[in-house]
Amino acid sequence: MQNQQTYNYKVVRQFAIMTVVWGIVGMLVGVIIAAQLRWPELNFDTPWLTFSRLRPLHTNAVIFAFGGSALFATSLYIVQRTCHVRLISDKLAAFVFWGWQLIIVLAAITFPLGITSSKEYAELEWPIDLLVTVVWVAYAILFFGTIMKRKTPHIYVALWFFGAYILTIALLHLVNNAELPIALYGGSWLQSYSVYPGAIDAMVQWWYGHNAVGFFLTAAFLGMMYYFVPMQAGRPVYSYRLSVVHFWALISTYMWAGPHHLHYTALPDWTQSLGMVFSLILLAPSWGGMINGIMTLSGAWHKLRTDPILRFLIVSLSFYGMSTFEGPMMAIKTVNELSHYTDWTVGHVHSGALGWVAMVSIGSLYALIPKLFGRDGMYSSKLIDVHFWVMTIGVVFYIASMWISGVLQGLMWRAVNADGTLTYSFVESVEAMYPFYFVRFLGGVLVLVGMFIMAYNVWKTVADAKPANDAIPAVAH
Amino acid sequence: MDYNDFRGITTLLAMIAFLAVVWWAYSSRSKRRFDNAANSIFDTEEKQLHDASVKEVDK
Repeated sequence: MQNQQTYNYKVVRQFAIMTVVWGIVGMLVGVIIAAQLRWPELNFDTPWLTFSRLRPLHTNAVIFAFGGSALFATSLYIVQRTCHVRLISDKLAAFVFWGWQLIIVLAAITFPLGITSSKEYAELEWPIDLLVTVVWVAYAILFFGTIMKRKTPHIYVALWFFGAYILTIALLHLVNNAELPIALYGGSWLQSYSVYPGAIDAMVQWWYGHNAVGFFLTAAFLGMMYYFVPMQAGRPVYSYRLSVVHFWALISTYMWAGPHHLHYTALPDWTQSLGMVFSLILLAPSWGGMINGIMTLSGAWHKLRTDPILRFLIVSLSFYGMSTFEGPMMAIKTVNELSHYTDWTVGHVHSGALGWVAMVSIGSLYALIPKLFGRDGMYSSKLIDVHFWVMTIGVVFYIASMWISGVLQGLMWRAVNADGTLTYSFVESVEAMYPFYFVRFLGGVLVLVGMFIMAYNVWKTVADAKPANDAIPAVAH
Repeated sequence: MDYNDFRGITTLLAMIAFLAVVWWAYSSRSKRRFDNAANSIFDTEEKQLHDASVKEVDK
Protein backbone atom coordinates (compact mmCIF):
# COMPACT_ATOMS: atom_id res chain seq x y z
CA MET A 1 0.00 0.00 0.00
CA GLN A 2 2.99 2.28 0.38
CA ASN A 3 2.87 2.88 -3.34
CA GLN A 4 -0.52 4.48 -2.95
CA GLN A 5 0.71 7.04 -0.46
CA THR A 6 3.87 8.49 -1.89
CA TYR A 7 4.92 10.10 -5.13
CA ASN A 8 7.35 8.36 -7.46
CA TYR A 9 10.40 10.60 -7.06
CA LYS A 10 12.86 7.94 -8.15
CA VAL A 11 12.47 8.60 -11.87
CA VAL A 12 12.53 12.36 -11.20
CA ARG A 13 15.80 11.99 -9.26
CA GLN A 14 17.33 9.90 -12.03
CA PHE A 15 16.45 12.39 -14.73
CA ALA A 16 17.44 15.37 -12.56
CA ILE A 17 20.93 14.00 -11.92
CA MET A 18 21.38 13.00 -15.56
CA THR A 19 20.42 16.53 -16.61
CA VAL A 20 23.57 17.78 -14.91
CA VAL A 21 25.70 14.97 -16.37
CA TRP A 22 24.44 15.42 -19.94
CA GLY A 23 24.63 19.18 -19.55
CA ILE A 24 28.36 18.88 -18.90
CA VAL A 25 28.86 16.40 -21.75
CA GLY A 26 26.84 18.41 -24.30
CA MET A 27 28.40 21.75 -23.39
CA LEU A 28 31.89 20.24 -23.36
CA VAL A 29 31.39 19.04 -26.94
CA GLY A 30 30.11 22.55 -27.72
CA VAL A 31 33.29 24.09 -26.31
CA ILE A 32 35.40 21.63 -28.31
CA ILE A 33 33.75 22.52 -31.62
CA ALA A 34 33.88 26.22 -30.77
CA ALA A 35 37.63 25.75 -30.26
CA GLN A 36 37.88 23.89 -33.58
CA LEU A 37 36.41 26.89 -35.39
CA ARG A 38 39.15 29.08 -33.90
CA TRP A 39 41.92 26.46 -34.13
CA PRO A 40 40.93 24.10 -36.98
CA GLU A 41 43.90 21.80 -36.35
CA LEU A 42 42.07 20.58 -33.22
CA ASN A 43 40.30 17.90 -35.25
CA PHE A 44 43.71 16.13 -35.37
CA ASP A 45 42.86 14.93 -38.89
CA THR A 46 40.69 12.24 -37.30
CA PRO A 47 37.38 11.72 -39.12
CA TRP A 48 35.31 11.17 -35.97
CA LEU A 49 36.67 14.33 -34.37
CA THR A 50 35.71 16.59 -37.25
CA PHE A 51 33.34 19.49 -36.77
CA SER A 52 30.79 17.96 -39.12
CA ARG A 53 30.39 14.88 -36.92
CA LEU A 54 30.72 16.52 -33.51
CA ARG A 55 28.31 19.34 -34.24
CA PRO A 56 25.20 17.08 -34.37
CA LEU A 57 26.53 15.37 -31.26
CA HIS A 58 26.61 18.75 -29.50
CA THR A 59 23.14 19.86 -30.63
CA ASN A 60 21.50 16.53 -29.87
CA ALA A 61 23.24 16.24 -26.50
CA VAL A 62 22.25 19.68 -25.27
CA ILE A 63 18.71 19.62 -26.70
CA PHE A 64 17.59 16.03 -26.19
CA ALA A 65 19.95 14.74 -23.48
CA PHE A 66 20.33 17.84 -21.27
CA GLY A 67 17.08 19.63 -22.13
CA GLY A 68 15.19 16.36 -22.53
CA SER A 69 16.26 15.01 -19.16
CA ALA A 70 15.33 18.31 -17.51
CA LEU A 71 11.90 18.11 -19.12
CA PHE A 72 11.34 14.47 -18.15
CA ALA A 73 12.35 15.26 -14.56
CA THR A 74 10.17 18.35 -14.19
CA SER A 75 7.15 17.12 -16.17
CA LEU A 76 7.00 13.84 -14.24
CA TYR A 77 7.39 15.76 -10.96
CA ILE A 78 4.83 18.44 -11.77
CA VAL A 79 2.24 15.99 -13.11
CA GLN A 80 2.33 14.10 -9.80
CA ARG A 81 2.38 17.19 -7.58
CA THR A 82 -0.46 19.00 -9.34
CA CYS A 83 -2.63 15.89 -9.85
CA HIS A 84 -2.07 14.62 -6.30
CA VAL A 85 -1.47 11.12 -7.58
CA ARG A 86 1.49 8.78 -8.10
CA LEU A 87 2.64 7.99 -11.65
CA ILE A 88 0.49 5.19 -13.04
CA SER A 89 3.38 2.75 -13.37
CA ASP A 90 6.84 2.57 -11.80
CA LYS A 91 7.94 0.04 -14.42
CA LEU A 92 6.91 2.27 -17.28
CA ALA A 93 8.74 5.18 -15.62
CA ALA A 94 11.90 3.07 -15.37
CA PHE A 95 11.50 2.06 -19.02
CA VAL A 96 11.25 5.71 -20.09
CA PHE A 97 14.39 6.59 -18.12
CA TRP A 98 16.57 3.71 -19.31
CA GLY A 99 15.18 3.87 -22.85
CA TRP A 100 16.05 7.54 -23.12
CA GLN A 101 19.56 6.97 -21.74
CA LEU A 102 20.10 4.20 -24.29
CA ILE A 103 19.02 6.51 -27.11
CA ILE A 104 21.51 9.15 -25.91
CA VAL A 105 24.35 6.62 -25.79
CA LEU A 106 23.46 5.35 -29.27
CA ALA A 107 23.49 8.93 -30.55
CA ALA A 108 26.91 9.49 -28.97
CA ILE A 109 28.24 6.42 -30.78
CA THR A 110 26.62 6.84 -34.20
CA PHE A 111 27.26 10.56 -34.81
CA PRO A 112 31.07 10.40 -34.51
CA LEU A 113 30.96 7.34 -36.81
CA GLY A 114 29.24 9.50 -39.39
CA ILE A 115 25.95 7.59 -39.29
CA THR A 116 23.37 10.30 -39.88
CA SER A 117 20.21 11.02 -41.85
CA SER A 118 21.61 14.59 -42.15
CA LYS A 119 18.37 16.33 -41.19
CA GLU A 120 19.16 19.05 -38.68
CA TYR A 121 18.10 18.09 -35.11
CA ALA A 122 16.75 14.81 -36.56
CA GLU A 123 20.08 13.25 -37.50
CA LEU A 124 19.47 9.94 -35.75
CA GLU A 125 19.18 7.06 -38.23
CA TRP A 126 16.03 5.02 -38.62
CA PRO A 127 16.62 2.17 -36.10
CA ILE A 128 17.19 4.75 -33.35
CA ASP A 129 14.20 6.76 -34.61
CA LEU A 130 12.04 3.68 -34.04
CA LEU A 131 13.40 3.35 -30.49
CA VAL A 132 12.64 7.04 -29.86
CA THR A 133 9.06 6.40 -30.99
CA VAL A 134 8.60 3.52 -28.54
CA VAL A 135 10.05 5.45 -25.59
CA TRP A 136 8.03 8.54 -26.46
CA VAL A 137 4.77 6.59 -26.59
CA ALA A 138 5.60 5.09 -23.18
CA TYR A 139 6.24 8.61 -21.86
CA ALA A 140 2.91 9.82 -23.29
CA ILE A 141 1.04 6.93 -21.64
CA LEU A 142 2.80 7.65 -18.35
CA PHE A 143 2.03 11.37 -18.47
CA PHE A 144 -1.54 11.37 -19.78
CA GLY A 145 -2.43 8.23 -17.81
CA THR A 146 -1.42 10.03 -14.63
CA ILE A 147 -3.50 13.08 -15.55
CA MET A 148 -6.49 10.81 -16.15
CA LYS A 149 -6.20 9.45 -12.62
CA ARG A 150 -5.87 12.90 -11.03
CA LYS A 151 -7.50 13.74 -7.71
CA THR A 152 -7.68 17.45 -8.43
CA PRO A 153 -10.50 19.12 -10.40
CA HIS A 154 -8.38 21.29 -12.68
CA ILE A 155 -5.47 20.43 -14.98
CA TYR A 156 -2.87 23.05 -14.06
CA VAL A 157 -1.61 25.20 -16.96
CA ALA A 158 1.93 23.75 -16.80
CA LEU A 159 0.47 20.36 -17.71
CA TRP A 160 -1.26 21.84 -20.75
CA PHE A 161 2.08 23.05 -22.03
CA PHE A 162 3.75 19.70 -21.32
CA GLY A 163 0.82 17.87 -22.95
CA ALA A 164 1.06 19.97 -26.12
CA TYR A 165 4.80 19.31 -26.19
CA ILE A 166 4.42 15.54 -25.88
CA LEU A 167 1.75 15.30 -28.60
CA THR A 168 3.48 17.65 -31.01
CA ILE A 169 6.91 16.06 -30.67
CA ALA A 170 5.32 12.68 -31.47
CA LEU A 171 3.75 14.14 -34.61
CA LEU A 172 6.91 15.97 -35.71
CA HIS A 173 9.12 12.96 -35.12
CA LEU A 174 6.92 10.63 -37.15
CA VAL A 175 6.38 12.95 -40.10
CA ASN A 176 9.92 14.29 -40.48
CA ASN A 177 11.58 10.91 -40.02
CA ALA A 178 9.54 9.15 -42.69
CA GLU A 179 12.48 7.56 -44.47
CA LEU A 180 13.38 4.50 -46.50
CA PRO A 181 16.38 2.41 -45.42
CA ILE A 182 18.58 1.98 -48.48
CA ALA A 183 19.00 -1.66 -47.41
CA LEU A 184 15.74 -2.14 -49.31
CA TYR A 185 17.76 -1.42 -52.46
CA GLY A 186 20.77 -3.48 -51.47
CA GLY A 187 22.57 -0.72 -49.53
CA SER A 188 23.59 -0.24 -45.90
CA TRP A 189 21.29 -1.08 -42.99
CA LEU A 190 22.36 2.10 -41.28
CA GLN A 191 21.43 4.61 -43.90
CA SER A 192 18.15 5.93 -45.19
CA TYR A 193 16.68 8.57 -47.45
CA SER A 194 13.74 10.84 -46.78
CA VAL A 195 10.50 9.90 -48.52
CA TYR A 196 9.91 13.55 -49.50
CA PRO A 197 11.36 15.11 -52.65
CA GLY A 198 13.28 18.41 -52.97
CA ALA A 199 11.61 21.56 -51.70
CA ILE A 200 8.88 19.52 -49.96
CA ASP A 201 11.55 17.73 -47.97
CA ALA A 202 13.07 21.08 -47.02
CA MET A 203 9.68 22.38 -45.90
CA VAL A 204 8.91 19.25 -43.85
CA GLN A 205 12.36 19.49 -42.27
CA TRP A 206 11.87 23.11 -41.18
CA TRP A 207 8.29 22.56 -40.14
CA TYR A 208 9.92 19.98 -37.86
CA GLY A 209 12.91 22.15 -37.01
CA HIS A 210 10.99 25.22 -36.01
CA ASN A 211 8.40 23.30 -34.04
CA ALA A 212 11.18 21.48 -32.24
CA VAL A 213 12.12 25.00 -31.13
CA GLY A 214 8.48 25.91 -30.53
CA PHE A 215 7.33 22.86 -28.65
CA PHE A 216 10.44 21.17 -27.29
CA LEU A 217 12.49 24.26 -26.43
CA THR A 218 9.62 26.65 -25.74
CA ALA A 219 6.23 25.17 -24.79
CA ALA A 220 7.71 22.49 -22.56
CA PHE A 221 10.06 24.89 -20.77
CA LEU A 222 7.12 27.28 -20.33
CA GLY A 223 5.44 24.41 -18.49
CA MET A 224 8.49 24.33 -16.23
CA MET A 225 8.29 28.10 -15.83
CA TYR A 226 4.58 28.10 -14.91
CA TYR A 227 5.30 25.77 -12.02
CA PHE A 228 8.69 26.77 -10.68
CA VAL A 229 8.44 30.57 -10.97
CA PRO A 230 5.26 30.79 -8.85
CA MET A 231 6.63 28.14 -6.50
CA GLN A 232 9.95 29.89 -5.97
CA ALA A 233 8.30 33.31 -5.71
CA GLY A 234 5.81 31.88 -3.22
CA ARG A 235 2.85 33.44 -5.00
CA PRO A 236 0.46 32.28 -7.73
CA VAL A 237 1.14 33.17 -11.34
CA TYR A 238 0.45 36.85 -12.19
CA SER A 239 -2.58 36.08 -14.35
CA TYR A 240 -3.93 32.60 -14.80
CA ARG A 241 -6.33 33.95 -17.44
CA LEU A 242 -3.44 35.32 -19.44
CA SER A 243 -1.75 31.92 -19.20
CA VAL A 244 -4.80 30.32 -20.83
CA VAL A 245 -4.76 32.79 -23.74
CA HIS A 246 -0.95 32.43 -23.87
CA PHE A 247 -1.27 28.66 -24.27
CA TRP A 248 -3.83 28.59 -27.07
CA ALA A 249 -2.31 31.51 -28.99
CA LEU A 250 1.24 30.13 -28.75
CA ILE A 251 0.51 26.58 -29.86
CA SER A 252 -1.72 27.58 -32.76
CA THR A 253 0.76 30.15 -34.09
CA TYR A 254 4.04 28.25 -33.80
CA MET A 255 2.94 25.52 -36.23
CA TRP A 256 3.13 27.91 -39.21
CA ALA A 257 6.38 29.77 -38.64
CA GLY A 258 8.76 27.15 -40.10
CA PRO A 259 9.11 28.58 -43.64
CA HIS A 260 11.18 31.51 -42.31
CA HIS A 261 14.11 29.07 -42.30
CA LEU A 262 13.79 28.88 -46.09
CA HIS A 263 13.61 32.52 -47.22
CA TYR A 264 14.91 33.08 -50.75
CA THR A 265 15.03 29.37 -51.54
CA ALA A 266 13.08 27.15 -53.96
CA LEU A 267 10.16 27.27 -51.51
CA PRO A 268 7.17 29.10 -53.10
CA ASP A 269 7.11 32.83 -52.30
CA TRP A 270 3.67 32.75 -50.69
CA THR A 271 4.86 30.07 -48.24
CA GLN A 272 7.84 32.21 -47.29
CA SER A 273 5.57 35.21 -46.69
CA LEU A 274 3.18 33.08 -44.64
CA GLY A 275 6.06 31.91 -42.46
CA MET A 276 7.26 35.47 -42.02
CA VAL A 277 3.82 36.78 -41.02
CA PHE A 278 3.21 33.99 -38.52
CA SER A 279 6.66 34.56 -37.06
CA LEU A 280 5.79 38.21 -36.51
CA ILE A 281 2.47 37.30 -34.89
CA LEU A 282 4.39 34.99 -32.55
CA LEU A 283 5.83 38.00 -30.75
CA ALA A 284 2.47 38.59 -29.04
CA PRO A 285 1.94 35.21 -27.30
CA SER A 286 5.67 34.94 -26.54
CA TRP A 287 5.77 38.26 -24.77
CA GLY A 288 2.42 37.57 -23.10
CA GLY A 289 4.02 34.52 -21.49
CA MET A 290 7.20 36.34 -20.58
CA ILE A 291 5.30 39.20 -18.94
CA ASN A 292 3.11 36.71 -17.09
CA GLY A 293 6.18 35.00 -15.68
CA ILE A 294 8.10 38.12 -14.72
CA MET A 295 5.06 39.92 -13.27
CA THR A 296 4.48 36.96 -10.96
CA LEU A 297 7.17 38.65 -8.90
CA SER A 298 5.30 41.94 -8.72
CA GLY A 299 5.15 42.97 -5.09
CA ALA A 300 7.99 40.59 -4.24
CA TRP A 301 10.84 42.03 -6.27
CA HIS A 302 13.01 42.17 -3.16
CA LYS A 303 13.30 38.38 -3.35
CA LEU A 304 15.57 38.78 -6.38
CA ARG A 305 18.19 40.31 -4.11
CA THR A 306 18.42 37.30 -1.84
CA ASP A 307 17.33 34.31 -3.91
CA PRO A 308 19.80 33.27 -6.63
CA ILE A 309 17.39 30.55 -7.85
CA LEU A 310 14.75 33.15 -8.55
CA ARG A 311 17.41 35.20 -10.31
CA PHE A 312 18.12 32.28 -12.66
CA LEU A 313 14.41 31.95 -13.42
CA ILE A 314 13.72 35.62 -13.99
CA VAL A 315 16.84 36.23 -16.07
CA SER A 316 15.87 33.20 -18.17
CA LEU A 317 12.57 34.93 -18.89
CA SER A 318 14.43 38.10 -19.87
CA PHE A 319 16.51 36.10 -22.36
CA TYR A 320 13.28 34.47 -23.55
CA GLY A 321 11.84 37.92 -24.19
CA MET A 322 14.99 39.00 -26.01
CA SER A 323 15.18 36.01 -28.29
CA THR A 324 11.46 36.02 -29.06
CA PHE A 325 11.83 39.64 -30.14
CA GLU A 326 14.93 38.87 -32.16
CA GLY A 327 13.37 35.80 -33.83
CA PRO A 328 10.40 37.55 -35.45
CA MET A 329 12.71 40.38 -36.50
CA MET A 330 15.10 37.93 -38.20
CA ALA A 331 12.12 36.27 -39.90
CA ILE A 332 11.39 39.47 -41.82
CA LYS A 333 12.63 38.77 -45.33
CA THR A 334 14.73 41.91 -45.69
CA VAL A 335 16.43 41.35 -42.32
CA ASN A 336 16.87 37.68 -43.13
CA GLU A 337 18.63 38.69 -46.32
CA LEU A 338 21.43 39.97 -44.11
CA SER A 339 21.25 37.52 -41.21
CA HIS A 340 20.66 34.18 -42.89
CA TYR A 341 23.55 31.68 -42.93
CA THR A 342 25.60 33.97 -40.70
CA ASP A 343 26.71 33.68 -37.06
CA TRP A 344 23.82 35.95 -36.12
CA THR A 345 21.60 32.86 -36.33
CA VAL A 346 24.01 30.98 -34.09
CA GLY A 347 23.93 33.86 -31.60
CA HIS A 348 20.12 33.93 -31.70
CA VAL A 349 19.85 30.21 -31.08
CA HIS A 350 22.21 30.39 -28.11
CA SER A 351 20.49 33.36 -26.57
CA GLY A 352 17.43 31.11 -26.55
CA ALA A 353 19.15 27.84 -25.71
CA LEU A 354 21.60 29.07 -23.06
CA GLY A 355 19.80 32.16 -21.83
CA TRP A 356 16.29 30.77 -21.76
CA VAL A 357 16.27 26.96 -21.87
CA ALA A 358 19.40 26.23 -19.85
CA MET A 359 18.83 28.95 -17.27
CA VAL A 360 15.20 28.05 -16.58
CA SER A 361 16.24 24.38 -16.32
CA ILE A 362 19.12 25.12 -13.97
CA GLY A 363 16.97 27.37 -11.79
CA SER A 364 14.24 24.75 -11.64
CA LEU A 365 16.72 21.99 -10.80
CA TYR A 366 18.22 24.02 -7.96
CA ALA A 367 14.68 24.32 -6.58
CA LEU A 368 13.79 20.68 -7.27
CA ILE A 369 16.84 18.65 -6.25
CA PRO A 370 16.74 19.43 -2.50
CA LYS A 371 13.06 18.40 -2.40
CA LEU A 372 13.87 15.05 -4.00
CA PHE A 373 16.49 14.32 -1.37
CA GLY A 374 14.65 15.60 1.68
CA ARG A 375 16.82 18.69 2.09
CA ASP A 376 15.76 22.24 2.87
CA GLY A 377 17.92 23.68 0.16
CA MET A 378 21.05 23.23 -1.92
CA TYR A 379 24.38 22.67 -0.16
CA SER A 380 25.55 26.19 -0.97
CA SER A 381 23.42 29.15 -1.96
CA LYS A 382 26.63 31.12 -2.50
CA LEU A 383 27.71 28.66 -5.21
CA ILE A 384 24.35 29.05 -6.97
CA ASP A 385 25.05 32.77 -7.01
CA VAL A 386 28.56 32.21 -8.42
CA HIS A 387 27.09 29.87 -11.05
CA PHE A 388 24.53 32.52 -11.96
CA TRP A 389 27.14 35.21 -12.59
CA VAL A 390 29.64 32.95 -14.37
CA MET A 391 26.92 31.68 -16.68
CA THR A 392 25.34 35.07 -17.34
CA ILE A 393 28.70 36.57 -18.30
CA GLY A 394 29.44 33.52 -20.46
CA VAL A 395 26.13 33.82 -22.31
CA VAL A 396 26.61 37.54 -22.90
CA PHE A 397 30.13 36.92 -24.28
CA TYR A 398 28.73 34.24 -26.54
CA ILE A 399 25.77 36.10 -28.00
CA ALA A 400 27.44 39.51 -28.27
CA SER A 401 30.38 38.06 -30.21
CA MET A 402 28.07 36.16 -32.55
CA TRP A 403 25.90 39.21 -33.19
CA ILE A 404 28.86 41.31 -34.22
CA SER A 405 30.43 38.51 -36.20
CA GLY A 406 27.12 37.69 -37.91
CA VAL A 407 26.39 41.22 -39.03
CA LEU A 408 29.98 41.61 -40.19
CA GLN A 409 29.75 38.38 -42.17
CA GLY A 410 26.44 39.40 -43.75
CA LEU A 411 27.81 42.79 -44.76
CA MET A 412 31.02 41.30 -46.19
CA TRP A 413 29.14 38.71 -48.23
CA ARG A 414 26.80 41.23 -49.79
CA ALA A 415 29.40 43.93 -50.51
CA VAL A 416 29.93 44.48 -54.25
CA ASN A 417 32.30 46.68 -56.21
CA ALA A 418 31.14 49.24 -58.76
CA ASP A 419 31.61 46.71 -61.54
CA GLY A 420 29.36 44.15 -59.78
CA THR A 421 32.10 41.81 -58.58
CA LEU A 422 32.24 40.72 -54.92
CA THR A 423 34.38 42.93 -52.70
CA TYR A 424 35.47 40.10 -50.42
CA SER A 425 36.27 36.47 -51.06
CA PHE A 426 34.65 33.96 -48.70
CA VAL A 427 37.98 33.21 -47.07
CA GLU A 428 38.42 36.88 -46.20
CA SER A 429 35.15 36.75 -44.27
CA VAL A 430 36.32 33.61 -42.45
CA GLU A 431 39.52 35.37 -41.48
CA ALA A 432 37.55 38.30 -40.10
CA MET A 433 35.68 35.91 -37.77
CA TYR A 434 38.71 34.74 -35.80
CA PRO A 435 38.58 37.22 -32.89
CA PHE A 436 34.86 36.61 -32.46
CA TYR A 437 35.31 32.86 -32.50
CA PHE A 438 37.81 33.28 -29.69
CA VAL A 439 35.38 35.34 -27.58
CA ARG A 440 32.63 32.81 -28.29
CA PHE A 441 34.96 30.04 -27.12
CA LEU A 442 35.61 31.98 -23.89
CA GLY A 443 31.88 32.43 -23.33
CA GLY A 444 31.33 28.71 -23.84
CA VAL A 445 34.10 27.88 -21.36
CA LEU A 446 32.44 30.10 -18.73
CA VAL A 447 29.09 28.37 -19.24
CA LEU A 448 30.81 24.99 -18.90
CA VAL A 449 32.63 26.09 -15.74
CA GLY A 450 29.23 27.06 -14.35
CA MET A 451 27.98 23.53 -15.00
CA PHE A 452 30.92 22.08 -13.07
CA ILE A 453 30.12 24.40 -10.15
CA MET A 454 26.56 23.09 -10.30
CA ALA A 455 27.72 19.49 -10.39
CA TYR A 456 29.83 20.05 -7.25
CA ASN A 457 26.92 21.74 -5.47
CA VAL A 458 24.53 18.96 -6.45
CA TRP A 459 27.02 16.32 -5.35
CA LYS A 460 27.43 17.93 -1.93
CA THR A 461 23.64 18.21 -1.61
CA VAL A 462 22.79 14.62 -2.43
CA ALA A 463 25.91 12.69 -1.36
CA ASP A 464 24.83 11.79 2.16
CA ALA A 465 21.16 12.62 1.80
CA LYS A 466 18.50 9.94 1.78
CA PRO A 467 16.22 9.88 -1.26
CA ALA A 468 12.86 11.31 -0.22
CA ASN A 469 9.45 10.30 -1.50
CA ASP A 470 6.87 12.80 -0.33
CA ALA A 471 3.47 11.65 0.84
CA ILE A 472 0.50 12.43 -1.34
CA PRO A 473 -1.82 14.85 0.48
CA ALA A 474 -5.24 13.54 1.42
CA VAL A 475 -8.10 14.70 -0.78
CA ALA A 476 -9.31 17.99 0.66
CA HIS A 477 -12.51 18.44 -1.26
CA MET B 1 -16.22 30.78 -54.66
CA ASP B 2 -12.54 30.82 -55.43
CA TYR B 3 -9.48 30.07 -53.35
CA ASN B 4 -9.21 33.62 -52.03
CA ASP B 5 -12.65 33.40 -50.41
CA PHE B 6 -11.45 30.29 -48.64
CA ARG B 7 -8.40 32.20 -47.38
CA GLY B 8 -10.59 35.02 -46.10
CA ILE B 9 -12.94 32.66 -44.32
CA THR B 10 -10.06 30.79 -42.69
CA THR B 11 -8.58 34.04 -41.39
CA LEU B 12 -11.99 35.04 -40.03
CA LEU B 13 -12.47 31.67 -38.33
CA ALA B 14 -9.03 31.87 -36.73
CA MET B 15 -9.85 35.34 -35.42
CA ILE B 16 -13.20 34.19 -34.03
CA ALA B 17 -11.49 31.23 -32.32
CA PHE B 18 -8.96 33.58 -30.73
CA LEU B 19 -11.62 35.99 -29.52
CA ALA B 20 -13.62 33.06 -28.14
CA VAL B 21 -10.63 31.93 -26.08
CA VAL B 22 -10.07 35.46 -24.76
CA TRP B 23 -13.77 35.86 -23.96
CA TRP B 24 -13.82 32.52 -22.14
CA ALA B 25 -10.60 33.17 -20.22
CA TYR B 26 -11.63 36.64 -19.07
CA SER B 27 -15.34 35.97 -18.43
CA SER B 28 -16.32 36.49 -14.79
CA ARG B 29 -17.74 32.96 -14.75
CA SER B 30 -14.27 31.47 -15.10
CA LYS B 31 -12.59 33.75 -12.56
CA ARG B 32 -13.06 31.67 -9.43
CA ARG B 33 -12.09 28.45 -11.14
CA PHE B 34 -8.90 29.96 -12.53
CA ASP B 35 -8.00 31.61 -9.22
CA ASN B 36 -8.33 28.24 -7.53
CA ALA B 37 -6.22 26.61 -10.22
CA ALA B 38 -3.50 29.23 -9.86
CA ASN B 39 -3.33 28.55 -6.12
CA SER B 40 -3.62 24.79 -6.44
CA ILE B 41 0.14 24.26 -6.75
CA PHE B 42 0.60 25.34 -3.15
CA ASP B 43 -0.42 22.50 -0.91
CA THR B 44 -0.64 22.72 2.85
CA GLU B 45 2.98 23.15 3.75
CA GLU B 46 3.79 25.39 0.81
CA LYS B 47 0.54 27.27 1.29
CA GLN B 48 1.74 28.44 4.70
CA LEU B 49 4.96 29.66 3.16
CA HIS B 50 2.93 31.50 0.57
CA ASP B 51 0.61 33.09 3.13
CA ALA B 52 3.63 34.16 5.14
CA SER B 53 5.22 35.79 2.11
CA VAL B 54 2.00 37.57 1.18
CA LYS B 55 1.72 38.96 4.70
CA GLU B 56 5.28 40.11 4.51
CA VAL B 57 4.51 42.02 1.33
CA ASP B 58 1.27 43.47 2.66
CA LYS B 59 3.05 45.08 5.57
